[in-house]
Parts: sequence; C-alpha cells; structure tokens
Amino acid sequence: MVGKEREEMEKELKGYTVLTHAEYEEGIKEGKLLGLRCASCKKITCHPMPVCQWCSGRSLERTELSGEGELMTFTIIRVPAEGFEDDVPYIPCLVKTKEGPCVVGRLDYDAERASQVLISKQVKLSGAYTHKGDKFSGGTHTCPVFEVIG
Amino acid sequence: MRDVAIIGIGHTKFGRATKMSHELFSDATLQAMDDAGVELKEIEALFQGAALPGFEEGQVMPAAFSAADLNLGPIPATRCEGACASASVAIRDGAMWVGAGEYDMVIAGGVEKALMMGTSFASRTFAMACHAPTEGPVGLTFPGVFAMAARLYSINYDMPLDTVREKMASVSVKNHRHGALNPLAQFYKKLGDLKVEDVINSKFVADPITLLDCCPFSDGASALVLCSAEEARKYTDEPIYILGMGQGSGGPLSKMADLTKPVSRISSAKMAFKQAGLSPEDIDMLEVHDCFTIAELIALECMGFFDWGEAADATADGQTEIGGEIPVNMSGGLIGKGHPIGATGASQVYWVVKQMRGEAPRGNQIDPVPEYGMTDTLGGDFGTLCHFILGRSKK
Repeated sequence: MVGKEREEMEKELKGYTVLTHAEYEEGIKEGKLLGLRCASCKKITCHPMPVCQWCSGRSLERTELSGEGELMTFTIIRVPAEGFEDDVPYIPCLVKTKEGPCVVGRLDYDAERASQVLISKQVKLSGAYTHKGDKFSGGTHTCPVFEVIG
Repeated sequence: MRDVAIIGIGHTKFGRATKMSHELFSDATLQAMDDAGVELKEIEALFQGAALPGFEEGQVMPAAFSAADLNLGPIPATRCEGACASASVAIRDGAMWVGAGEYDMVIAGGVEKALMMGTSFASRTFAMACHAPTEGPVGLTFPGVFAMAARLYSINYDMPLDTVREKMASVSVKNHRHGALNPLAQFYKKLGDLKVEDVINSKFVADPITLLDCCPFSDGASALVLCSAEEARKYTDEPIYILGMGQGSGGPLSKMADLTKPVSRISSAKMAFKQAGLSPEDIDMLEVHDCFTIAELIALECMGFFDWGEAADATADGQTEIGGEIPVNMSGGLIGKGHPIGATGASQVYWVVKQMRGEAPRGNQIDPVPEYGMTDTLGGDFGTLCHFILGRSKK
C-alpha cells in the first residue's frame, strides 16, 4: 500500500535552529550576547544562524559572548525612517566582538560629540534597545546597545 | 546560451509623476516597442522590476496587471524584486530565458512610484531592504549604511574624513552637472553648477552623508525589448548586445567582512567580465549605482576600475568625466537623473544604449560613441548586485 504513516511524518518534523532570533533578543534584554560555537572550526557565530557563519558547519552549540569589542564604524541619524522620530539624533554602530563576529547595534554616546576618533575604541554591551515596531515589523524587536570603555 | 540583443528602449521622465505605476510602465514599454518596431503579439513574456508597489499603491502582482494593461494576453508576466536592483534582476532573468531559447522576444524593465510616500514613510519602506531582524530595531536607514561605509573608507585608506567628504562631493557635482543636461532627469536644468562646498554644507541626513550626497526619491519607469541576437537585425540596424551579465547576493551588514569591499559586488562584476571575456580596460563608459556619493567610489573599486582607495582621488581629479580614464554616469546617475528604485537598472541600460547610438544629450554624449559599456546596480545594503556589459558588436 502506498502512502506514509502520518505519525511517522509528524516524528520527522524538526527544527534546525539551535538559537532562535527571539532567544537572541531575550538574551540582549538580560544583558547577554548569545551566540553559537561551531564544533568544526571552533569559531563563534552571532547573531544566530542555522549554520556556522564562517565554515557553514552544521554542528553548533550555544555560547555567551563577552559583549566586548571594537567600534568599527557608526553614523548619526538626523533624518529617520517613520517610527524613529523620537530617537533623533541616534547612533547606529557596527562592533567587532572580541570573539570575532560583528554585531549591529546602537552606541550610547552624545550624538553632538560623536566624531571619527571614536572608531577603533573599545566598547562593551551596556544595554538593550527595544523599538516599539509598526504594522510591518512583526512585533517589537531588540538590538544591543554598546558604550565606549576606552 | 544564445546571444541576446536589446532592440528597443523606453524611459519615462523621472521625477514626480501623476500617472499610476502601471501607466508609467506601459508608457515605457510602448516606447520601447515603437523604438524596436515590434508588435504586441510578438512579446512572449514580461519581466518587471518593482520594489515596493504594495506600499506605494496597494498593489502586489503588478507584472500581471502590466501585461493586461498592454493586452499582451495570458503570457507569463513575472515581478522581480531585488530592492533597488529589481529591474536589473528582471533584465537578467528575461535575457536568461531568451538565451536559453524558451522565448525569442520579451519585455524587461521596471517601475517605481516612491515620491507620494513622502520622506518619512519612503525611508521606512526603503529600510525594509536592510536586514529586518538586526538592522530594523536599530533604526538604520540607507543613508546611514553608506555613512558608515564612508567613515570606514576614511579609516581603511588613512584619508581624513573631511578629505573623503570633499572627494565624495565631487561625485555629486559631476552627476548633477550631467543630470542638469538630461531632459528625462529629475534635476533637468537644476543644480548643474553645484560646488563641492554646497554638497558638504548641505544638511546632514546621516553624518557624514548630507542631503546633496543622496539621490532623490523618484517616480518613473524604463523598459527594454530583448530579442535573440540572430533575430535582432530583422528589427534594427543597431542592436546592442548583452555580452556579460552578473548577479551577486550579500547579507546582513554584520556578516560583511568589509563594508567598503562588498563581496556581492566584486563577485557579480567578475561574473559579468568572465562571461563577456572582457576586462575593465576594455570598457568605454559606465552607469553605476550612485545612490550616495560614496557608493560610486566603492562601485568603481569593486568593479576593478580603480585600485582600493583610489577612486576618491581619481574622481576629484576628473578621471570619471568625459575625456578621463572612464566616464561614469553621463546620464546624471541616480543622483542627477533620479532613482525610481524598481526602474533604475533598466534606466542604466537605456542610457548606455543611448550613448552607443550617439543619442545621449549634447554635453553628455561621449565622442566617439562607446564600443563597450557597463552597468552596476545595487539593491539594499549590498544585498543584491547586478552587472551588465553591453557592446555594439557580438563577441
């Protein structure tokens, strides 16, 4: 008889995500930068992906990053997208973590004093920013906030 | 794969349009068909770039309605979306189907109607081509992404940020000079005598990107008739051949090794050069994706026209003007001509073809007419990249 047992099909259903994006965001809210360690190349993936961001390895386990890193670049937003009017001016930044992967977040710094000399400064995770979201954002979302430490 | 030729081109006036998107696209398409001298019944498929029609006019599935508006019958009509590179994705897919032998003649192009959304909502919808999970809550905008790239350019090449800003400004000055001479451009007869100081002193959108470092929001459409090369001469004495095509994909900003050297762009350009059997030295002119001034510099370096960090000086030195090493964006580019995002890739091809026919506006026309030209289209923050190499003769 052709056809497959439905119970068998249900058993085969599985997720491939070791760390979901929601869990990653929850971690940020708790002051933790969560990522994944690859069993093959030992490198760290952050934000989470279903495979290693460096070698595409499939064997990943959860880990916590130090939250420390180096400021790669930033900007000061003066003309925002709809929904971000109350935040202006604010500073999106790109941080290279000590562990290797880069992370996009906000920099907690006086926008009127922020200048090019900030680049290469050491920064660390200092909080979370949760945007209220809109009709198109699929709920609220959270990003890391960094502060300059040296 | 069979060779593919462009036998007809169409382009609406860019800027603020009162017509709806489907009307703009039909205008561009009929113009392209008249240019080619082909009839509606000869069109076998339609490929339409459109990035944000759902937000602009509450319309998804616009390609089918465009085919219907032109009474093309039940032919396959496909919307292609790659943010600001949507039209180039559509042209590449259309050319692939013709090259594969499935169709002999197709329409490929794109349309966008962004101005009605206004800056605030348009910025929101454009930012949807950023990585929503990680860049969304940050409040990153496209000027913001390129501002971050400009700061990194300054660091990477040990060039003071003020110097980088001056050289970036020279891109805007050049492209506005050409846009002001182009009757189809959004800034026709405007900003043609812009100065570097004007660009630097205009207001910050995302520090260090100023308003005059940015292309505008725009409405417009552009379309091409693509045909198999062996059929092309039945319709025109001057077919323009697609010699090479490239497409590349990127990802979230945080996964990029270097914002000033996007792998998606390097890979796509290489793909196009390889297919064409040509190298940058062979190319006579470029239409590149100058959504922001810094973007033109990054594009020129990634495509191999200048060494890393050298496009800034070369541009300030006039090397990307007529008479320079490689004329870039003689149409005015996105900055001077306007950037209806879903249409831009087709518009770039349109202006390369115009140059090759010797039909670019006086002052912008390269003399003698270019033999080989190339386009570069970027979608999102380096998420989708496309390149076309066009030639007046087959390989």
